[in-house]
Amino acid sequence: MQAISAEPLARDTEHRSRADARHDLLFRFLLRFCALLVLGTLLGAALSTLWGGREVLFKDGFHFLFSSDWNPVEDQYGALAPIVGTLVTSLIALVLAVPVAFGVALFLTEIAPNWARGPVSTAIELLAGIPSIIYGMWGLFVFVPFMASIEPWLNDTLGNVPVIGALFQGPPLGLGLLTAGIVLAVMILPFISSVMREVFKTVPARLKESSYALGSTTWEVVWDIVLPYTRSAVIGGIFLGLGRALGETMAVTFVLGNSYNITSSLLMPGTSISSSIANEFNEAVGLHRSALIALGFLLFVVTFIVLLIARLMLRQLARREGR
Amino acid sequence: MLTSFKLPSRLGTLAIAVAVSMFGMTAHATDITGAGSSFVYPVISKWSAAYAEKTGNHINYQSIGSGGGIAQIKAGTVDFGASDMPLKPEDLAKFGLGQFPDVIGGIVPAFNVAGVAPGALVLDGPTLADIYLGKITTWNDPAIVKLNPSIHLPSSRITVVHRSDGSGTSYNFTDYLSKVSPEWMSKVGEGTAVKWPAGIGGKGNEGVSAYIRQIPNSIGYVEYAFALQNKLGYAKMKNAAGNVIEPNTASFQAAADTADWKSAKDFNLLMTNAPGASAWPITATSWVIMYKTPKNAANTKVAFDFFKWAYEHGQDSARSLDYVPLPDTLVQQIKTYWSSDYKM
Repeated sequence: MQAISAEPLARDTEHRSRADARHDLLFRFLLRFCALLVLGTLLGAALSTLWGGREVLFKDGFHFLFSSDWNPVEDQYGALAPIVGTLVTSLIALVLAVPVAFGVALFLTEIAPNWARGPVSTAIELLAGIPSIIYGMWGLFVFVPFMASIEPWLNDTLGNVPVIGALFQGPPLGLGLLTAGIVLAVMILPFISSVMREVFKTVPARLKESSYALGSTTWEVVWDIVLPYTRSAVIGGIFLGLGRALGETMAVTFVLGNSYNITSSLLMPGTSISSSIANEFNEAVGLHRSALIALGFLLFVVTFIVLLIARLMLRQLARREGR
Repeated sequence: MLTSFKLPSRLGTLAIAVAVSMFGMTAHATDITGAGSSFVYPVISKWSAAYAEKTGNHINYQSIGSGGGIAQIKAGTVDFGASDMPLKPEDLAKFGLGQFPDVIGGIVPAFNVAGVAPGALVLDGPTLADIYLGKITTWNDPAIVKLNPSIHLPSSRITVVHRSDGSGTSYNFTDYLSKVSPEWMSKVGEGTAVKWPAGIGGKGNEGVSAYIRQIPNSIGYVEYAFALQNKLGYAKMKNAAGNVIEPNTASFQAAADTADWKSAKDFNLLMTNAPGASAWPITATSWVIMYKTPKNAANTKVAFDFFKWAYEHGQDSARSLDYVPLPDTLVQQIKTYWSSDYKM
């Protein structure tokens, strides 16, 4: 009886395990294909922008990187002003958005009563769903006039502080690097804060409770327990936001002032890589077009360098913690 | 279950029948395609709707920018291209192309100075160039005061607004400044995008209009229609003949009338700084570019018919969008050009 039933069972198991192995193999191919697809797309995009920008890159080489002269009439192109504008606006956005996002995430995970958590976090996630053109329009029609009205005050107060004073001296136009940075800060806030909120939730309750039991204040728990536990994910979230700020186009174009100059003042108009491309690509021919595509390639390079720095920072932190 | 299945399938059959009959309908009408200048897009789409109603032929126009329009017609992917800057006769000859103007528009300096009424300010070319060069920086500069002895101008700084995107409007504006100011010509030059010596850039006519309205003591330049629709204060200009001119349909047409088209081969001429006594100095047009020996003769024939119809019957719709129809003398010249240069 047993002998009769055992053989089909064994055959069945063998058959199944072979099928499983086949499925596993297929699944592995599928996953590998997905990963390679992303890699291939990225590489393809980077190489095609490099190819599109080859004329200006071969002609000017490093001069293209370090010249601030952008003159389509004489076909002279230098990418310094857009690069500086991109970095400065993203930096302002980060400086403003990170503390606020940190506060929001803490409030939602540690302090807020349960009934408030849902509505507040939904509101913040809705911010992420607003299209960037809407931020641009809001920036132009609502925020720029507001900034124009407070900039004389900025001139008189922060403008007189030694060292950083020069940053806040300028005509009260309402648009410029500072305005663009603030609009960007609002845009990247939800990305950073939702990552922070999710990872703060993963901190084991017993760690926090032990700390409270030893007499820590909420701030001490957050600073000494929650943050060290989640550090790498928090930094990851910040760089996700930074990546978005570096590439943001429409909102920045509306409020940045689009002028190719490099100034010491944050109240002056500037330009960014992506807004230069959006502005001029339509009517650009020949070397001008090549220069804009090369700018696109530089955005890849800038983003890559920024991500590289993030990786190095994380590794440094891990080493210091002895991991 | 069965009945609920049958209904969609019947609908499906019906849909196919309708699709087939519609296909049959469009088969004897011609669809022609054009691409290029965004300046003419509103008027071409209005014309094409009226033209389709009358003849059944559809004009499919994509406003991808003048540069794109030129590239597309050179590649032969469209039946006509439209550009805000004319091609040189050599370039046209190389590709076997011809070009002719289609409609006129005016570019006006617009400003926002408290206490100065729209239309009250008078400027001339050299002064405008110096403002855009960043040499005249305040509204009570002697050069501006001299042109406006009767109005009180504040001592505030001038904020200069220009287009940030490459555009035919900028091209005509900088061409005008180059014609009236040698310094502008040598330092900046003309182009759809230039290296602006001063000021901030707004994206599109909308962007420039918004900046002018929001920033006190600013000056910019926009298409006439935008100045009207946004109720911006526009300036009068002193023209090449030395007369102070108000921007309007009559002065734009006067510019088109008196521009030296006769000696311009292939209509390769910008109308800025036109010599006429009542000509508005910053008047612009855009050009339709088509193959002289068409690749698709049937489509090209319809395209010509469309533009002929537009010259004759599209004047009111052009005016309703604040464009200016071409003067009759120019239309006659274009028709002569068609019969002499095009094989139809």
